[in-house]
Amino acid sequence: MIAQGRRVITEAMEAEIEALAPRYPNRRALVLPALHIVNRELLHVPLDAVVDIAAVLGLPPAEVQDTLSFYQFFPQEKPHGKVRAFVCRSISCALRGGDELLEKLCHAHGIHPYGTTPDGELTIEPAECLGACDFAPCILANDDLLMNMTPEVAVTELKKPRRRAT
Amino acid sequence: MTPFKPVLLEAVGVPDGHTLASYRGRGGYAPLEATLAQKQPNDVVEMVKASGLRGRGGAGFSTGLKWTFLPKDHPGPIYLCVNADESEPGTFNNRILMEDDPHQVLEGTILSSFATRASTAYLYLRYEYPRSWHRLQAAIDECYAAGLLGRNILGSGFSLDIYLHRGAAAYICGEETGLIESLEGKRAWPRIKPPFPAIEGVFKKPTVVNNIETMACVAQIARRGVDWFKSIGVPADPNNPRDPGSYGPKLYCLSGHVEKPGCYEAPLGITLRQLVDQHGGGVWKGRRAKAAIPGGISMGLFTEAEFDTPLDFAGPGKVGCLGLGTAAVVVIDDQTSIVDFLHNSCRFFAHESCGQCTPCREGTSWSLRILERIRAGRGRLKDLDILLELGTTMGMMPGSTICGLADGAAWPIKNAINKFRGEFEDFIKRTNPAGWMVTDPVPALTIVGAH
Repeated sequence: MIAQGRRVITEAMEAEIEALAPRYPNRRALVLPALHIVNRELLHVPLDAVVDIAAVLGLPPAEVQDTLSFYQFFPQEKPHGKVRAFVCRSISCALRGGDELLEKLCHAHGIHPYGTTPDGELTIEPAECLGACDFAPCILANDDLLMNMTPEVAVTELKKPRRRAT
Repeated sequence: MTPFKPVLLEAVGVPDGHTLASYRGRGGYAPLEATLAQKQPNDVVEMVKASGLRGRGGAGFSTGLKWTFLPKDHPGPIYLCVNADESEPGTFNNRILMEDDPHQVLEGTILSSFATRASTAYLYLRYEYPRSWHRLQAAIDECYAAGLLGRNILGSGFSLDIYLHRGAAAYICGEETGLIESLEGKRAWPRIKPPFPAIEGVFKKPTVVNNIETMACVAQIARRGVDWFKSIGVPADPNNPRDPGSYGPKLYCLSGHVEKPGCYEAPLGITLRQLVDQHGGGVWKGRRAKAAIPGGISMGLFTEAEFDTPLDFAGPGKVGCLGLGTAAVVVIDDQTSIVDFLHNSCRFFAHESCGQCTPCREGTSWSLRILERIRAGRGRLKDLDILLELGTTMGMMPGSTICGLADGAAWPIKNAINKFRGEFEDFIKRTNPAGWMVTDPVPALTIVGAH
């Protein structure tokens, strides 16, 4: 993975980042909001975007990359699917079939956990507690919480197009 | 006894209960208006101290006392961080509050900011709550439009901005100094204390970190009074001068193997059995319970025989658990393997350990490897001793880590093995008849899916 040296963030993204600047007393606090903005638009944060964000914020790229790499949330090599589905595997969901749900979903869509379908539509990721244990087992697909899932229903639900995550 | 009427959850099920108009209709923001017109910040601090409110995020520290640790006459800025990085497995009470009654949370936040003289409050929200994000942002916008936020609120001279800040799916951001580091744009590695956040917190300024439910409690204390709050819950133990009591209503999250999972409000001190039977409709499918998590997975385990323990701040500790935690109860039925439970717990902590302190980074990872091997039929009795050693040596209490989340990783291990050792031994002997007695080192299985 190397930076290509081309600008990948747009002026609109930069303006959105700048609009948040008055909220914080320094620009480093904008790193996480900026990563979210870029990931929302590009579905990943490639190294070139890290360099761009660092330039916008006046930080060394290594500091942005350091923060990014900690969270394991922003893919860098290639975009995640248009739908990113987090399948909860923590205890409340696991007690009601969360692990089986993840396995059957991956099988039905022909991908491994953290994988993306070849058409780029869907990424399936195991997640730790989604905070919806009253609806276990559950899935967060973009901004939609899918509650009380069975594998059959979930396979159908994840084939539907969804609004982009905010 | 009169039936307990929910207060924190009064907006649940109310049409448009999340709007400003609905909240005002229930008496909301009148206490804020009266406070700003008639009271000084210290009056609010004294009110919260007198109520005996203890933080609802997990540690149960006195909220009013925490506020008094801020330096006096500080030139500012002072920051309030509201911790909405609710990630403890089994916990969702903050989500319910933010989605169904965001103004209750905001009124508490404004009152708390006034009390602590904070002019900026950051509400650190976990990524996985998009609905809370939208509801809170809409409520904040309503507040600005109504003059309840911004410059010179209601002509009082007090100014406050509340900003939402979004996390990125890391459990450690729920630890208060991890949250602060994350808010500063860094990796969320907890800080060595002291200095405590009240002296040097976010952006090197005095900072208070409070939980969402704590904010809701502050709003209700302002509306209903200290006497109301102290009339609920468990009074301080007169024989224990260090027990500050467990006052007020509490949101209990009930999930796992119960008929009716949900978030239920009850006086502090309800027993786990009452919660399961009276609110949860009993154990599902007519089965019996084997165990339950009393307050989020990091608090450890109750056996079924311990279900009559009261869920107040002092209760779970009496049966060897870490504490009340987030009061998230997860029931495990008698057809579930405790080996599987512990594997799930270890997988969670191996995934979520931030990696800063070696005992936690290595301990959580190795405990998962050992559990993987046990489940694969290659366990040995000796592994239980190794697990117990891990469980008793990582954490703030043994003094080997910076933050308390390592204790949370250790407690399920200790409780599960100490309370269910027979089941572990039976499992190991049954699945590894040729090797359960081996004590020589064995190769670990390749770790599966922790990261």
